[in-house]
Amino acid sequence: MDTDQLLRSLAADNAHREPRVGAVLTMALLVAAPLSILIFATFLGLRADVMSAMRNPFFDMKFAVTLSLAIPAIIVSLHLSRPEALLRGWGWLLLLPVGLLAVAIGSEAMMAPAMPMTMRLMGKNSRTCLMAIPAMSLPLLAGALFGLRHGAPSRPALAGALAGLVSAGLAATLYASHCTDDSPLFVATWYTIATAVVTVIGAAVGSRVLRY
Amino acid sequence: MRGREDEWTGLMRSAMAGDDAAYHRLLKAVTPVLRAAARRGLARAGQPPDQAEDIVQEILLAVHLKRHTWDSEAPFAPWLFAIARNKLIDALRRRGRRVFVNIDDFAETLPGEAPQETASAGEVAAQLGTLPQRQRDVLQSIAVEAASIKDTAAKFSMSEGAVRVALHRGLAALTAKLRDH
Repeated sequence: MDTDQLLRSLAADNAHREPRVGAVLTMALLVAAPLSILIFATFLGLRADVMSAMRNPFFDMKFAVTLSLAIPAIIVSLHLSRPEALLRGWGWLLLLPVGLLAVAIGSEAMMAPAMPMTMRLMGKNSRTCLMAIPAMSLPLLAGALFGLRHGAPSRPALAGALAGLVSAGLAATLYASHCTDDSPLFVATWYTIATAVVTVIGAAVGSRVLRY
Repeated sequence: MRGREDEWTGLMRSAMAGDDAAYHRLLKAVTPVLRAAARRGLARAGQPPDQAEDIVQEILLAVHLKRHTWDSEAPFAPWLFAIARNKLIDALRRRGRRVFVNIDDFAETLPGEAPQETASAGEVAAQLGTLPQRQRDVLQSIAVEAASIKDTAAKFSMSEGAVRVALHRGLAALTAKLRDH
């Protein structure tokens, strides 16, 4: 087939319309979310004292941190699904959760500590955290990768890493409602390690499946 | 340059609004530019320029299938060149490996002779042969025989909708095969 012939067939297909990447990503995450929620409901569940915990600002802070990861990661991943897009100018959005955590750690340090620092950092649930966040991330990660496959990222591994951040941020939001460790030190340590694991998986898979 | 690129953006906006002729004109206008870029890329990588056409066709298919990622408020050229660069790098990487394999193959059987170059613009044609019958027939009819969707539908006693679906699936399958082969 010579190129003129190919052009003719492409022009004939002009009427075909694809949905935007954002719509496909949203749908894919909505399809994946029940699976992650099922994992949550089966193995974890809400913490027993959730009503009183809601009066603790450090409990609420966990959701601020995880959502300030997930939502900017969705925005940046959609931006990067355009071939000409650069991370420059957008990457700072991903520092939001880091900034929030720093503020939270600072404010906790200024209060009279209920527990010594090492106990707050180590917590009681570090092992659960390291397993639960990646496990609940996996369906969401598959959904995010499926959605981003609809795009045309010039750097598939980077886009895959962002899919990892999206799914880890959402999974961590679920996990935060189960975990009784509310210290920002705990969040900064264990949530971060779990998120890093998911991000590395996302980058590795993304470098294969997000090529177009 | 500026004028040319503004014209491209205008054509692409019309294309997205449903103007097939504008789309055809745009694709025709960008093809020589892509061809020149592919030749330059091959030359820089020390590879024969006769493979440029394969790369051009791969870029055009990607442009077509990913055009929904173009933001109609943004200029068209940076988007186009980003896809072209991406596909060129991919193609050079793949060909780099294959040429290497070729040299090894030929070194054993034909010592002293240069390895034969692969045929030009043959990849889409070769992959076309691996498509399901219906998609192949439709593509053949529209691309090679220049039949309209309507005539193609009549010829194969299909509905026009079914022709459109087969055409689009055929193009998407071709692209996937070119990427993964």
